[in-house]
Amino acid sequence: MSAVLPIRVFQEKSKFDFEAQLRRNGIDLPPLSIDTLQVNVTKLCNQVCRHCHVDASPQRREMLSPGGIAKCLEILERHPQIARLDITGGAPELHPGFDAFVEKAVALGKHVMVRHNLTVQLDGNPQTRESKEYLPQFFARNRIEVISSLPYYQEYFTDAQRGSGVFKKSVEAMRRLNALGYGVEGSGLALNLVYNPVGPYLPAAQAGLEADYKRELKEKFGLAFNSLYTITNMPINRFKLHLNKTGQLESYMEKLLSAFNPAAAEGVMCRSLISVGHDGRIYDCDFNQMLEMDAADAKGKRLSIFDFDFERAIRRSIRFGDHCLGCTAGAGSSCGGATA
Amino acid sequence: MSNYYESEDLKKFGDIGQHAKKLADDFFRYYGAVTGSDGALTKREKALIALAVSHAQKCPYCIDAYTTQCLETGSNPEQMMEAVHVAAVMQAGITLVHSVQMQNHLKKMVL
Repeated sequence: MSAVLPIRVFQEKSKFDFEAQLRRNGIDLPPLSIDTLQVNVTKLCNQVCRHCHVDASPQRREMLSPGGIAKCLEILERHPQIARLDITGGAPELHPGFDAFVEKAVALGKHVMVRHNLTVQLDGNPQTRESKEYLPQFFARNRIEVISSLPYYQEYFTDAQRGSGVFKKSVEAMRRLNALGYGVEGSGLALNLVYNPVGPYLPAAQAGLEADYKRELKEKFGLAFNSLYTITNMPINRFKLHLNKTGQLESYMEKLLSAFNPAAAEGVMCRSLISVGHDGRIYDCDFNQMLEMDAADAKGKRLSIFDFDFERAIRRSIRFGDHCLGCTAGAGSSCGGATA
Repeated sequence: MSNYYESEDLKKFGDIGQHAKKLADDFFRYYGAVTGSDGALTKREKALIALAVSHAQKCPYCIDAYTTQCLETGSNPEQMMEAVHVAAVMQAGITLVHSVQMQNHLKKMVL
């Protein structure tokens, strides 16, 4: 495979052409900063969620190498402007080097966020059977920000998306986090939840849904959390397959296009982060990573952690595709929730 | 086209402006003003009312549209089903309350 990409890859233009939509609205989206290094350390997961853009599962074996982890830490150390490390997967805790990665990043003074699916605490590693029950204490000791998917405050939607029994296990896992102060006001230990629609529709307004979650989880289960992030389902990989199978892809894309929000476009997350894959390649976001749309510098050379250069990365042109309509629909969508 | 109520026809709702554009424009402006934002009622509450009316009026287009709208405003299936029960019980009650008229007339008819 060539290390050099053409600056513009030829694609047959569809009516859902995102770049054409940007042009129609007079919007240009250059990178603004790189304040977050998001690292997808593994595609291995104890769950098989129906909407998962990573196609993660207990069978996956992709792992970022020890050398890759060391490079990420070196990049963090060399660049104080990259203040945040966002570790994702799969279930990132299933990476054998996860604990050391977290501890070293914390020692560098970075704000570390972990995309924690809750159930891994109880399920453990599906390949090695290693227990992960220590995770709440580990997170608390390192004062990690925990970000956990819980697609609804009820069992029906949650299990429909994430698998039978996931809701009950998620409640138990949240109890264990709450017991250590996570999600409890004044503790300084942040537990933020993520809402995804359970099908081809847009998220409800984030503030209203957060209030519902807080009320219902408190009343029914005695649970607490800090903030709710609403995230739109991206029409790629497993979710796209579902849309295709059920004949809903076209109508979902039309929904995303018709809900295009210029304000949400201005706030897309790819303008302020870079995403690292398990092989060290760099992408504009985790979605581009799953589509293998490598980030490339102004000369078209692929970016990698193994020859990372901040100036080349910040001067890149962000690569867009039809799926980007998912981040700009309605109130917008990012790893930190609504953007508009 | 061999059937009434094709789901694809929902997309053609805007076409009601053919031959009567101003009236359609007025209608859609009114429609948007009533349903498109929070007012004294939230968008979610309005969507649940619309879902109930959709069932009472037996409109398949509206049922599809407002099922989605209920989800997109944060309702859950229990709330949506309860809204349908409100429509159902209203229709049953409306039928039953007419029996008062029957009783009134019955009294006149019976010695």
